[in-house]
Amino acid sequence: MHPAFSVVFFTTATGAGYGLLALLGVLGGFQIIPPDLWLGFIGLGLALGLIAAGLLSSTGHLGRPERAWRAFSQWRSSWLSREGVASVITFIPAGLFGIGWIFFGRTNGWVAIAGLLATCGAVVTVCTTGMIYASLKPIAQWHSRFTLPGYLIFSAMTGSVLMNALLQGFALGSKVLLAACLLLTMLGWGWKLATWRYNDRLEIATNANTATGLAGGTVRSLEWPHTEENYLLKEMGFRIARKHSARLREITQLLAFALPVLLLVAAFALPWPFAAVVSVIAAMAQFAGMLVERWLFFAEAKHTITLYYGC
Amino acid sequence: MTCLPSQSGKKLGLVIDLDTCVGCQACVTACKEWNTGGHMAPLTDIDPYGGHVDGVWFNRVHSYEHTTEMGGRTVNFPRSCLHCETPACVTVCPTGASYKRASDGIVLIDEDKCIGCKLCSWACPYGAREFDTDVGVMKKCTLCVDRIYNDNLAEEDRVPACVAACPTSARHFGDLGDPLSAVSQLVAERGGVDLMPELGYHPTNKYLPPRAHTTRAASVAAPALEPVRAEGGFLGWVDRMLSN
Repeated sequence: MHPAFSVVFFTTATGAGYGLLALLGVLGGFQIIPPDLWLGFIGLGLALGLIAAGLLSSTGHLGRPERAWRAFSQWRSSWLSREGVASVITFIPAGLFGIGWIFFGRTNGWVAIAGLLATCGAVVTVCTTGMIYASLKPIAQWHSRFTLPGYLIFSAMTGSVLMNALLQGFALGSKVLLAACLLLTMLGWGWKLATWRYNDRLEIATNANTATGLAGGTVRSLEWPHTEENYLLKEMGFRIARKHSARLREITQLLAFALPVLLLVAAFALPWPFAAVVSVIAAMAQFAGMLVERWLFFAEAKHTITLYYGC
Repeated sequence: MTCLPSQSGKKLGLVIDLDTCVGCQACVTACKEWNTGGHMAPLTDIDPYGGHVDGVWFNRVHSYEHTTEMGGRTVNFPRSCLHCETPACVTVCPTGASYKRASDGIVLIDEDKCIGCKLCSWACPYGAREFDTDVGVMKKCTLCVDRIYNDNLAEEDRVPACVAACPTSARHFGDLGDPLSAVSQLVAERGGVDLMPELGYHPTNKYLPPRAHTTRAASVAAPALEPVRAEGGFLGWVDRMLSN
């Protein structure tokens, strides 16, 4: 599949944004973190900024963005529509939570309820995003049991590492949150390795024989219907060389998992403000690493249409 | 609404005979000609005379080499929308632009509602949908919905353009929901198959596999000529002279 940057950035940014929003909702709602004005302003600003930037970026690949409002109508059947509805609805409690925190300086009572509802909305939205990909049968690498949990784990992982960077910046860092970040990053690493292992060994029942209805033997593409690349090949015939894929997997592991783990371990030992500096670097490295991971998620996904073109 | 409608039982579709298709591309050009002025018009061409030709086509003919223990053969393979019974391209559509008609099972796009998110083309395993970069919406085969019910055309012309154009009658149009229809009978007789049945899209269009190879040689050759016998006389003298 063609890794369009707008969609790669969209899933990475909203994943981190919803993860951060969910944590702010829970930690704020249960009064675990103080209703500090600047913490709320920067924290919610960052979370909602990432979400909004991601959603805007995703409309960038639409052919007719001015009709995007129509996408809220088919939530009964379409995961993409459900994602649109969930993302917009989540802005309501998130906005109320932000107003309560920033303008009224409180995160208890009705503000706490808004925060917890924002958390629920964030989780639901990430699930709907994951299901868009997990429900596509023609792409075996996405239509697997690894996809939906992957979206949730990576959202929790990037969100918590961002949350840690934020709290460390306000000298509010806690060992418990650091430990949670480490655990989630290790879980994300393990999940990504397991996903790659599963995809590399994938034996797909669909092949050139079933695609053409020609039973038995071998079916070799002799001639394409056209001499130049068409929409199908540009959009779904994207191929990546095995050596580039291996190198990009290494870069993903380094930036998204290994480096953040090392930096977070260092944050345990270092005093403020050094702990804050390494925490921020960990979050930035992980975001960059997840952009590479998401690029690979597309580039390594093979659509059944490629069978017709013998590639 | 992109939820699938309860079907009336009528399933209009095509039956494509891979045995007789000669890959002449007549169906491809006839389709383009009709549809660039039809229901989903235009079928945009980008840089049509340049080095990077691109454009929207509803029907594409591939050529394959199918090799089995019985030998190899070239198979020409037209590929277009199969008007599936459970088309995921319809259910994934977030706007309701994609729909399946309850009355005859044809899968269509309402161009005025399409936002061009391209998700339907990802959901189609057969590559039946092509994005029009010029108009910004998705396009697909309409089964010539503007021909098959068109009272302005003569009765015999009320078939999809590709079917009307096929010089070898490799394309058949009819109601595959009716077991007594000519197309259903043809599918039963020739063992018509679904493409990628394991994905569960239940395509309406069927493909008739090429007929089996035969080990029996056709008895069309004349008996072998007997060798010229060296003879005496005039002809023998000519033979000897020419052989020297």
